Amino acid sequence: MADKKTITIAIMDAPYENARSTTTLRLIDLAAKRGYNINVFAYEGAVLQPFAAQTPHPNAVHGRSVEEENHFIPKDAIAALMREAEKNGGKIDWVNCGLCVDERGAANAIPGVRRGSPADFWQLSEASDNTLVIATR
Amino acid sequence: MPRYLLIESRDPFDSNDTRFCCDLARQLAAANNDVTLFLVQNGVLPVRPGARSADLTSLAGTGVKVLADSFSLKERGIDENRLASGVAAAPLEIVLDALAEGAKVIWH
Repeated sequence: MADKKTITIAIMDAPYENARSTTTLRLIDLAAKRGYNINVFAYEGAVLQPFAAQTPHPNAVHGRSVEEENHFIPKDAIAALMREAEKNGGKIDWVNCGLCVDERGAANAIPGVRRGSPADFWQLSEASDNTLVIATR
Repeated sequence: MPRYLLIESRDPFDSNDTRFCCDLARQLAAANNDVTLFLVQNGVLPVRPGARSADLTSLAGTGVKVLADSFSLKERGIDENRLASGVAAAPLEIVLDALAEGAKVIWH
């Protein structure tokens, strides 16, 4: 394994809206496979990425069942990434902006997600080897 | 030598500010920095040889490495073997490597 690093990523996009979400999860996946510690600061709509109430649905238009549709559920992907990081000796510290959570009624997040503020982002960034801000345009 | 990785995710056919990364990369390279421009998502669309690829080819001529995310290319049906001159395909690991090595990484 390469040297263990700590990387902080800030994201702002809500799930299902932009390819930035996919790219962010791909980056976290790569870091988790390397056993890195990954801090994620979710701001604005991104606090809904790990929202626990996300539910897969069938596709009535195409006549597919829930299983056949195999809908992508971000909170399940994030939980899997957390397991992958731990398996490889790393950790994902996912911080949801608290005010953003309150605005959106998004407090029901999956285990492993904690509430924080932009001050946490600064502290996480200060304690990291590097930081990437994936800003919404 | 300071190292920069600029990530362009925007489509020049859709956004009128994609020259920001090219201009910044050119200026950073002229100031003797190690600069890579990494295209991702719809940012890979101008790598097809054509009207909007000239900027990338020109930029590569200034010493900036111009790379395009392999996954984004595949998603859009762009053949890695038919990219504009000066552009090469590369995996997303490029970004993680740069972060791990302490480069300044800027998303656009």
